Amino acid sequence: MHRFGSVRGLPLLVSLFAAFAVACASSSTSSVAGGSTPTTAAAYPMTIDGANGKVTLDAMPTRIVSMSPTATEMLFAIGAGDQVVAADSYSDYPSEAPTTKLSAYEPNAEAIANYQPDLVIYATDPGDLQSSLDKLKIPALSEPAAATMDDVYAQMEQLGMATGHADEAKTQADALKAKIEGVVDDVGDAGKGMTYYYELDDTYYSVTSDTFIGAVLGELGLKNIADQAKGASSGYPQLSAEYIVQADPDLILLADTKCCAQDAEKVAKRPGWSDLSAVKNGGVVELDDDVASRWGPRIADLLQQVGDSVQAQAGAHAGAQAGG
Amino acid sequence: MKHASRLEGTHLVGAPARPSAARARRRTVRWTVIAVASLFVAVVIGLFAGAVRISPVGIVGWMFGGGSLTEQQKAIVAELRLPRVVLAGLVGAALSVSGCAYQAAFRNPLADPYLLGSAAGAGLGATIVIVLGAADVPLALPAAAFLGALGGVGLAYLMASTRAAGRTSTSLLLGGVAVASFLTALQTYVQQRNTDDLRAVYAFILGRLGTSGWHEVWLALPWVALACGVLLASRRLLEVLSLGDLEAASLGAHVARDRAIVVIAASLATAAAVAVAGLIGFVGLIVPHAVRMATGASNRLVVGLSILFGAAFLILCDVLARTVVAPGELPIGVITALIGAPFFALVLRRSGGAR
Repeated sequence: MHRFGSVRGLPLLVSLFAAFAVACASSSTSSVAGGSTPTTAAAYPMTIDGANGKVTLDAMPTRIVSMSPTATEMLFAIGAGDQVVAADSYSDYPSEAPTTKLSAYEPNAEAIANYQPDLVIYATDPGDLQSSLDKLKIPALSEPAAATMDDVYAQMEQLGMATGHADEAKTQADALKAKIEGVVDDVGDAGKGMTYYYELDDTYYSVTSDTFIGAVLGELGLKNIADQAKGASSGYPQLSAEYIVQADPDLILLADTKCCAQDAEKVAKRPGWSDLSAVKNGGVVELDDDVASRWGPRIADLLQQVGDSVQAQAGAHAGAQAGG
Repeated sequence: MKHASRLEGTHLVGAPARPSAARARRRTVRWTVIAVASLFVAVVIGLFAGAVRISPVGIVGWMFGGGSLTEQQKAIVAELRLPRVVLAGLVGAALSVSGCAYQAAFRNPLADPYLLGSAAGAGLGATIVIVLGAADVPLALPAAAFLGALGGVGLAYLMASTRAAGRTSTSLLLGGVAVASFLTALQTYVQQRNTDDLRAVYAFILGRLGTSGWHEVWLALPWVALACGVLLASRRLLEVLSLGDLEAASLGAHVARDRAIVVIAASLATAAAVAVAGLIGFVGLIVPHAVRMATGASNRLVVGLSILFGAAFLILCDVLARTVVAPGELPIGVITALIGAPFFALVLRRSGGAR
């Protein structure tokens, strides 16, 4: 029993040490001025209405740890990149992002504290990240997965406010909005009645229109074949191969080109898939898994890529009808 | 098989009171007919049911060279549905027969392909291949899964044999549990070090019946057929082994060698199943037990019946997997576990009461 007792005490000891380290660190951080030039003279201390409740920032954060690849992309997009000292292992964009080994899947508060952050941004808290950071007196802001594009704009602006880049964030959010609307306008009615199958992995997991990416693609007027399986799961059903073949979607959107090394050639070789319209008419679109699974500014590029394919498919349709 | 002839007419402990030879033959014939019929019915249901409604008349017509199916329907039946039914049958047969073999060879009713570390080993092998980016190399996945499965059981074997108590079934099972945990931990470690491959690894482990085609069938068929053939040929041997090492030796069996043959064949079947279908639980445990309980037969008959009923069982489970939430899919492991877990409890109660 004695041994167990000492093991149980270990986490407490560890967090004490961590707190000590942070206390030492925070005294030194004040001398380290961030190299960034905020666009607005924001009023600190400020309180931000985060998804995780009220977050108080005493001064402009200059040592941000981003535990969310999307937040990392947003921070760099709004000009707060210089204030990011560490980003999680998946934050691989933009290339100047300070990617570290920090795991967003199993966040370790002690490892985060090691970077002496004055703000931690995260998208998911699988365990007690928030409460651990609270104990260490590190302000943390949650920017969870967006459900709509409006959430994206709001998150960008909130990050702008928190980091002292409110104006730039507003400009970037507006630009993103304009870009998305531009794609939607360009596509126009071309996508009406067109169907698509969105592939998450090579066992045919898909998304319904209730998901963020499904809602964004819905802007183009496309019909999602996975919506038939809505009752099956919460937005991410695994589709039956028979059903996909029968539905014969106009577009096959591959969001598994990285994870599962899928491409148009491999799709064409799948049993029973070679006669699908999308396969025969070049309607298999190879997306970037990372962009597709995040809700950052690059979502506009993804929409552009799909929009181009929609227009190409519409052209092929018209050509086929005129010719035949 | 010299020792086998000595067994004729020997009363076997564990088998029910010895029926007359004629009655035993009748029972064998009756159950074989029932098993073949069940498999046939399962195949027919498997062919007729699916996410897409296709007229059974049309399917039957197509099978006899005519019919009214559209090109698309033909593609669905010929390239998606039929190979999936065949593969489910092969995997079900492989898991059931290896479960049956493990249970007899280790004289433990709870032994199944997964408890002994062969599936964990196969999973580790497959994960390493995926992480190395070699999953596209022909035969790399099944080969790694096979080596992993054999390595898992081999390790369990080694652990048990170094114990002073010798290779008793209990120490073997304990060894298997330890090896399975160890290999699963290794697999998790490799996977977590390569989180980019997480989705591919999960997709592999959680099962791939839904994406299978004839390619997977041809991949699994030779190994499963070989393993089933070996185990069918060794069915008397299995019966001897299930008596216990001393008794088996006194009946003329070369216990260590015979057990090795059975274990290698069973691992071969497990590896082939995991390589093409991922980890599907409970089949190897419940089918042989169900057969034993229903027929009251000894291992001699149970081996063959496990192959047939195992194939039928997994085909029907897969029918549920692809129709219950159609056009969505349920992981087949969910179906087998939902049916298997309560059954497992039942077997436990019964085997406990028998003591």
